Amino acid sequence: MTTEELKRLKSDTIVDARGTACPGPLLAAKKGIGEINSGEIMEIYSSDEGTKNDIPKWCQKMTHEFLGIVEEDSYSRLFLRKA
Amino acid sequence: MTTEIEAQVKELQLKMNKMEAGTKDQLSMVVFSGELDKILAAMIIATGAAAYDMKVKLFFTFWATASLRDPNKKIKGKNLMEKMFGMMLPKGTGKVKLSKMNMCGMGTSMIKGIMKKHKVASLEEMFRTAGEIGVEISICEMSMNLMGFKKEEMIDYPGMTICGVATFLSDAQESKIQLFI
Repeated sequence: MTTEELKRLKSDTIVDARGTACPGPLLAAKKGIGEINSGEIMEIYSSDEGTKNDIPKWCQKMTHEFLGIVEEDSYSRLFLRKA
Repeated sequence: MTTEIEAQVKELQLKMNKMEAGTKDQLSMVVFSGELDKILAAMIIATGAAAYDMKVKLFFTFWATASLRDPNKKIKGKNLMEKMFGMMLPKGTGKVKLSKMNMCGMGTSMIKGIMKKHKVASLEEMFRTAGEIGVEISICEMSMNLMGFKKEEMIDYPGMTICGVATFLSDAQESKIQLFI
């Protein structure tokens, strides 16, 4: 998805993991994904650089669809659709 | 005839067990070291793997067992040697030191400050998270005996068990990942 498309996307849940270091965002994602249904969209806020590599890998393993990243000033927004 | 078939079934079962080895989505880890940095690494990998939906089994042995002591629990009935070990070894995660650059504790308190600044979870928090996310911990009985630690002085961790090397081996054999830290 392009950045514009992602920005228009409406997330079903937002997990704010800003200010946590590895493995904080991953643990937050794991917790958040349990609260939504298959096909719904989750958005993760993270200020940890490594998360941008970690979450796509995690999605691949868990068969969730990784949709993309929107960069904000001091953090990233990562989008995924639950499998 | 039946004994022959029984023997064949047994042989097949053994073969099946071997074929199933290393196929479980499971991480088995020996946590041997008793230092802050090494236990932190072990706990980050453990909780990360749990977030990956892996079953995680930690086997605490030797120096690492000291970190599982609860500083608020006191027990009686130890002999002199056990008391000495108890005093010399760190009592709980709050007292463990860095493996390098400890500098009489200065390095350890410095790294704790830096960890806080970078929002890295403390060992106490890591253990709490691990418990919540279902990381299993078992402690080596022999190490407990050697150092004179009793089950009653260990932290309250959900489902923590005391076990021997066979438990680790059977867990490790069926795990995709095995680590020693």
